[in-house]
Parts: sequence; C-alpha cells; structure tokens
Amino acid sequence: MRGEMAVRRFGPYRQTLAWVVAVLAAVGLLAVNVGVYNGMIDFYLTGVLVIAWINIILAVSLNLINGFTGQFSLGHAGFMAVGAYVSGLLTILLNWPFPVVLIIAGLISALIGLFIGLPTLRLRGDYLAIATLGFGEIVRVILLNLKITGGPRGLGGIAPKTTFFSAEIVALITIIIITNIVRSSHGRALVAIREDEMAAEAMGINTTRYKVMAFSIGAAFAGIAGALFAHHQMFIDPRSFTFQRSIEILVIVVLGGLGSITGSIVAAIVLTILPEALRGMAQYRMVVYSLLLIGLMLIRPQGLFGTKELQDFLGYGITKALPKGSARQVASNNGGGDR
Amino acid sequence: MVELTQEIIQQLVNGISLGSIYALIALGYTMVYGIIKLINFAHGDIYMIGAFTGFFAITILNLPFLPALFVAMVVAALLGVIIERLAYRPLRNSTRIAALITAIGVSFLIQNIALLAWKPDPRAFPDVFPFRSYQVWGIYLDNRQLVILGVALLLMVILHYVVHYTRIGRAMRAVALDDEAARLMGIDVDRVISITFAIGSALAAAAGVLVGIYYNRIDPMMGVMPGLKAFVAAVLGGIGVIPGAMLGGLVMGVAEVMVVAILESTWKDAVAFAILIIILLVKPAGLLGRQTREKV
Repeated sequence: MRGEMAVRRFGPYRQTLAWVVAVLAAVGLLAVNVGVYNGMIDFYLTGVLVIAWINIILAVSLNLINGFTGQFSLGHAGFMAVGAYVSGLLTILLNWPFPVVLIIAGLISALIGLFIGLPTLRLRGDYLAIATLGFGEIVRVILLNLKITGGPRGLGGIAPKTTFFSAEIVALITIIIITNIVRSSHGRALVAIREDEMAAEAMGINTTRYKVMAFSIGAAFAGIAGALFAHHQMFIDPRSFTFQRSIEILVIVVLGGLGSITGSIVAAIVLTILPEALRGMAQYRMVVYSLLLIGLMLIRPQGLFGTKELQDFLGYGITKALPKGSARQVASNNGGGDR
Repeated sequence: MVELTQEIIQQLVNGISLGSIYALIALGYTMVYGIIKLINFAHGDIYMIGAFTGFFAITILNLPFLPALFVAMVVAALLGVIIERLAYRPLRNSTRIAALITAIGVSFLIQNIALLAWKPDPRAFPDVFPFRSYQVWGIYLDNRQLVILGVALLLMVILHYVVHYTRIGRAMRAVALDDEAARLMGIDVDRVISITFAIGSALAAAAGVLVGIYYNRIDPMMGVMPGLKAFVAAVLGGIGVIPGAMLGGLVMGVAEVMVVAILESTWKDAVAFAILIIILLVKPAGLLGRQTREKV
C-alpha cells in the first residue's frame, strides 16, 4: 500500500522518472561493458560482476517457479550443483566447446527437474518446499559420495572459461526467454495456477504439465548458472551448493518481488554488490539477510517491485493493476485460500 | 544366526535412542503445524538454543542434570513464545508462503547470531553421567541411552496427559480442529497458540540437552539437520498427529542407524529425505494421519 502512495506522490512525473532511471541503467551497463573491455575495471571487480550475472540467472529462473507459478521450491542450489558438476566434468574429461557444455548442463538439469518435478509437484505449498529442499540435500550427499565428483575434496582444475561477456550474454538470453514465456499464453497459465490452482484447472489448464514445464525450465537455467559458476571459480565442492545457497537465491527473488523479473534483476545486482562493498561486515551478512527476509514479510511482503516490471513504469506495461475485489485480492485476504 | 540377531537388536536399541530424540523434536513441529499450519523452520534452532542453555546451566551455574534440563526447557519455551509473538502472529492472516519465508528467516537469524556469539567450533558437553555400559545377552546398553529413553518417555507421558486430560489440552485440540469455532466457544486462540509454542519449544530443548549428553558435543549449527529430520519424522507419522510424531521419530532413528550400519555414515543424511519423498508420494497423510479431501 505504501508503494502505491509513493507512486501517487510522484504523480505525472512517475513515468519520466522511470525513463530517467532506465536510461541511466542502460548507460551504466554500457559503461561497465566498455570498462571491462578496456581493462579499466580490475580483475577482482570483474569477478564480482560475473557473480552478479550468475545471480541474475539464478534469481530470474527461480522467480519463474516461485514467483510466477507459485510453486515454492527450495532446491535451486541442487540444480545449480548438477549443472556445475556436469559442465565441470565435460570440460575436464572431454574439453568440449563451452557453449555446448553450457547447453548440455542446462539439458541435464532440466531432465532432472522433470524427473523430480513430476512426482513432487503434486504436493502443494510447504510440502513442496520441503520435498525440494530434500532433493537439494540428496544431490549434495550424492556428490559427497561419488568418486567421479571428487567427493568432499571437490572438483578442481576446471578451465576458467566464464568471462564477463559470456556470463552477460547468457544472462540476457535467460531474461529474454523467461520474459517471453511469462508474457505468452503459457505464462498466463502459470500465473493462473499461482492465483488459484483449482480455478485454473477448471478453466481447462493442464496444471501438472505447466507446473512441471516451469520447474524444468527454471532447473535448466539454474544448471546453466551452475556451469558458469564452475568455470568462473575453477573449483567446486559440495559445500558451494548447500541449502544456504538456495536461501540466498530465495532472498533475492523475495526482495525483488515474487513475480517481477525487473525486481529479481535489481535485487540480484544489489545483493551481489552490497556485500562486497561491506566486506568488513562479512560475518554479519547472513544476519542481515535473515533480518531482511523477516522484515520484508512483515512490512512489504510483495518485495521492492511486487509484480510490476520496468515496462509498467515506462508506460508500456501489458499488465494492468488488478481492480479492488478481484480474485487476487480476495485470495490474499483469505490467506491464500489454501488452508 | 545368533550373532546377526544380536547385531540387529543392538542397532534397534541404538536407533530407538536416537529416534526418541527425533520424536521429541518432531512433537513440536507437529503440534505447531496442527494448530497454525506453519512449518516452524526455527524449531531446530530452538533445539540448539536448548542444548546451549543446558550447557551453560551446567558449566556456569553448576546445576545438576535435572535442574539444568528444566532451565533449558523454560528458556526455550520463552524463546518460542517470543518468536511466535514477534514474527509469526503478525502474519497469521497472510499467505502460508509468507509465513514459511519468515520462519526460514527466523531460523537463519538464530543460527547466525549463535555463530557470532558462540563461534562455530563445537564445544564439549560436560560429562554429567560418567559413561557406564551394561551388557545383556551380548547387547550393549549404556546409561546415557537409558537416561535419554527415560526422559523422553516421561516427557511424552506428561504431554499425553496435558493434551488429553487438561482444559488447555482440550482447547489445543479444539483450535487444531477448527480455530474459528474454537474462538466462538470462548477459547482464547492466541493464548492457546502461545502455549503450544511454549510446550513444543520446551520439548525441543529437552532433546537438545539429551543430545549434548549422548554425543558430548554441541555447536551452533547442530539444529539444522536434526530439525529437518524431525520434520520428516513428523510428516512420516502424519503431521498434526501427536502419536504420529513419536512413531515417525522412532522409525526415522532406526532407519538412520540401519543405513549407517549397512552402508556408510556419509549416506545417513540422504535417508531422511528419501523417506520423505517416498512417504509424500505414497501416503502424503503419513502413517497415522487421516486422508483429507481438498475443498474449494
């Protein structure tokens, strides 16, 4: 509600302001690209930016599952791990070209997403959350026990193939694909499932199919992000993909707004750069994250952007604000309706 | 043949000791879920706080075992009530996912504050009961296992009495069944929820102290895995069903010990989640739960 107030306060200038911000962001992105290309941005900072792109991919793909489809997954780190290990092994053992490795990492993650999604997506809400959490932990335990993954010692010597530009290209492709999915009729179906699964089913939407689809696509991009991560760090071990990692991605999505791609991107950038800027307070990072989660839920559960996108602020939005008393509001007044 | 039987019984004994700890934690999950339909993620961390409170009560206050256990239970009960009051109650009418995210936040908050305050290194829990082992028909049983079984059993009997034979117990069952109808009957629902959190947290704290005695070591992250496993135990038994949590905890403990005996100890954390996924697919209501139909 406070957000609406702020919007109203800016009144007619709101759209202009949005344009100024958008142009500044575009200029900033260009400047960063030039800076990295010229070497004006040093090695360390470039690394931080690569992580920012990877976090954007993770957040946007998790948002497809959690935000748009409303299926609460806590296993994103598990898919990331699958992609990281698959790609790492492909590079070490076969030394295939990087784009091929990325695609295979994504495909295998998607396949596992399908395999996990088909049975577990029949569960709802908090049960699904626990089942996906369990999946993530099982992946970690398997990685700890397999010989080929190096067990607890991890997998080292992965060629550093991820550059700022490859991460950027993959992230932009991810954003474009997921934006298009969300805007298509498939995306409408996903949002319908989020709003009211039973009503969606009654309208003839094959809910299981759509849920599994969203889940596998999200898993695929998480796998690709994992592959980028592996070829950036050059070393991976099961500890990089714990439940804590899933929570970090979740914090990004929730902060940006469940159901806003713009929000996920902004939050991913903020939550990657900010901890680096506050390095001296590194040990307080998780304390801040957890307070952020609790505070957001208590004060602003819709996150920074709610379900709004940049286009909505620029005046090109296709999503209109829901009128009072619409299904959405009734659902949120009834505590989600699924008790 | 005799040796194999002995081995199996031995593992059963060990599994039941471990399982009774899971059962104590699972009770809190199941009671809270039964009443407000929330997976209290922070429950495992309350168990950790219980273990640390017991540790400080014994080392700094020089209390003997039982008073230390009591102190830990009281502190954890207070903490549970405070968490519910500050973090969960304002969200009672929002979506369940919002409440779940908050619970995850509370869990991480407690863990990380504990990590800052008490450092990540494990601490040695004081030797309250000097180790003594008994042998009956080739099966080893030590005094710590007996203490765990005794305390767990006693607490469960008390819980059973409270839930079934007191006014507050009846109020709890009424709220679990239908909170609005309970409110109409004049039950102070907020108070019942607070008391449920207090009881669940106290049981978790008892489990924490018992684990400290059993394994002799505690650390700020000790609540994560047992918390998740106890949750699985609660689901296994049928979430919201109190005897289910006890049964689920025991099954879980035995399964884990068996897997360690047959495979390797590194696989033990996967067992819980494999059980969870199977039970959710085959019988989502749990072993003792009732199947409910979805209503619009």
